[in-house]
Amino acid sequence: MKAFWSRFRRHKAAVAGLVVVLLVVAIAIAAPYFYPVSPWKMVQRPFLPPFANPAVPLGTDTLGRNVASGLAYGARVSLLIGTVSTLVALAVGVPIGALAGYFGGVVDDVLMRFTEFFQTVPSFALAIVLVAIFQPSLFSIIIAIAIVGWPPVARLVRGEVMAQRQREYVEAAILAGQSHLTIITRQILPNVVSPIVVLASLMVASAILLESSLSFLGLGDPSIMSWGYMIGAARTVVRQAWWLSVFPGVAILISVLALNLVGEGLAEALDPRSSRDQA
Amino acid sequence: MQTLQFLLSRLAKGILVVLAIVVLDFVLIHLAPGDPASVMAGESGATDEAFVQQLRVKFGLDQPFTTQLGLYIWGVVRLDLGFSHRQQMPVLDLVLDRLPATLLLTGAAFVFSLTVGVVMGAWAAAHKGRPLDRIITTVSLVFYATPLFWMALMAVLIFSVWLDWLPAFGLYDVGGNATLGERALDVARHLVLPAVTLGLFFTAVYVRMTRASMIEVARQDFVKTLRAKGLSERVILRRHVLRNAVLPVVTLAGVQAGQMVGGAVMTETVFAWPGIGRLMYEALIQRDYNLLLGVFVVSAAMVVVFNILTDLVYRMVDPRIEVSR
Repeated sequence: MKAFWSRFRRHKAAVAGLVVVLLVVAIAIAAPYFYPVSPWKMVQRPFLPPFANPAVPLGTDTLGRNVASGLAYGARVSLLIGTVSTLVALAVGVPIGALAGYFGGVVDDVLMRFTEFFQTVPSFALAIVLVAIFQPSLFSIIIAIAIVGWPPVARLVRGEVMAQRQREYVEAAILAGQSHLTIITRQILPNVVSPIVVLASLMVASAILLESSLSFLGLGDPSIMSWGYMIGAARTVVRQAWWLSVFPGVAILISVLALNLVGEGLAEALDPRSSRDQA
Repeated sequence: MQTLQFLLSRLAKGILVVLAIVVLDFVLIHLAPGDPASVMAGESGATDEAFVQQLRVKFGLDQPFTTQLGLYIWGVVRLDLGFSHRQQMPVLDLVLDRLPATLLLTGAAFVFSLTVGVVMGAWAAAHKGRPLDRIITTVSLVFYATPLFWMALMAVLIFSVWLDWLPAFGLYDVGGNATLGERALDVARHLVLPAVTLGLFFTAVYVRMTRASMIEVARQDFVKTLRAKGLSERVILRRHVLRNAVLPVVTLAGVQAGQMVGGAVMTETVFAWPGIGRLMYEALIQRDYNLLLGVFVVSAAMVVVFNILTDLVYRMVDPRIEVSR
């Protein structure tokens, strides 16, 4: 752990990314303390420019709602959807990949054809269709993002498990009479955690992007303030009120960028071989 | 001969995938809110139960699920994607009407992103670890993290609203008596912002891939041989390393086709570009599920075709590699 941290720390960009991610998490948690009023409530006159009134530092939107408050509450939605949908995608992708990689043969063929199918289907279009059909809600959005997100996990885990399958410790476990399930979960999976962690951090980033795109198109949960929704609602007034689309967009950009940097840092810290390549 | 065999097996697989998509599509239509017959009756203003029942029989909605599925697949085989009751037009006609604009946009974005991406990636790799490399990789990382719809909106804000350089909306605005040249120029001017915005995300992907691929190839033994032969670094990089490094980038470009469709939805929505992405958005807003799923099937089929094409190109360009399955 200590060695890992010292390797991670060597990547300044990754550390900066981590700081930003923690900051966004802090804002998300603290949102109700800073802004006890609902972000949907009108607090000032509409179209108040930013930096004009210290109570609403980032101005107000078309309905006089506080942009800063919207951003703070939007952070909660982005992080929530990003992490939960990634966990669901892992829950689907890891078992499929592990079974395919461990058993090989027909099992592998069937599971991989299934995975390839989901990789061929245009993912964003599928997400749109799923959310539209099942009606926009927190639940349908998370499921849709997970459905388009799991195939890379399955492929990664399959490859890693396949490589581990040949190792002697697996043969030893088989000879010791352990069941397939025990070997997969207790012996093999702990050895392939690192690449999964790296992929997961990048998946949270792309889930946040996907969620904001869906909300932008009007497919967000109608009762939740999100960054994508804010930009979508401000789209028609971009000429009159630039700040309504600029601030939420910067919020998405910074969060996604930070998560990507953390992911890269993790990749290099967890796999010392790749850091040598980088030098 | 082998290529023909490969093509046939690839086609068979593609057809299976499209078939699976059609089945998925059918299941989704059934899960859509509202019984299709009552939706249709509602559209035509009638709420009479007998009329609804009549519609049900007419469209085979009273048949068992599997029969309906069979009918649906048979319809798709005959290129009948159903009827958009909102627009009072067959779905296929609506899609075909919009397809050229999307092909123009995605094609332009593809060429732009691949060219700029490969050039920038190669440039970064040649200056590995130096400031230029840092700048290029950082900029591409930023574009990679930027939501496409937001980039599109900012492009409109900066280049149309503030600077007034380029038109922000639509495909053309020249009137009827313009010459062919004027029309082409007009469309080209309208194409710049959407194509560049859509392309920038993929540019970022290609920069990273090209850079990684170049660095990988530069480490191989044949490069050492070239260096020992006394060739200049420039020639080695350009004529030998780049040529070998570009190949995997081009194949992976095929994999990006599915993402391109999603990107087209966002870009076309912001730029009011009259393509199938915009059509999908319109279907979404009007809750026109037949149309929404029709666009989905067509775009998925397009991706399958494009994947087959890139596999084929890859095979022809690099005979060393057996693209299995």
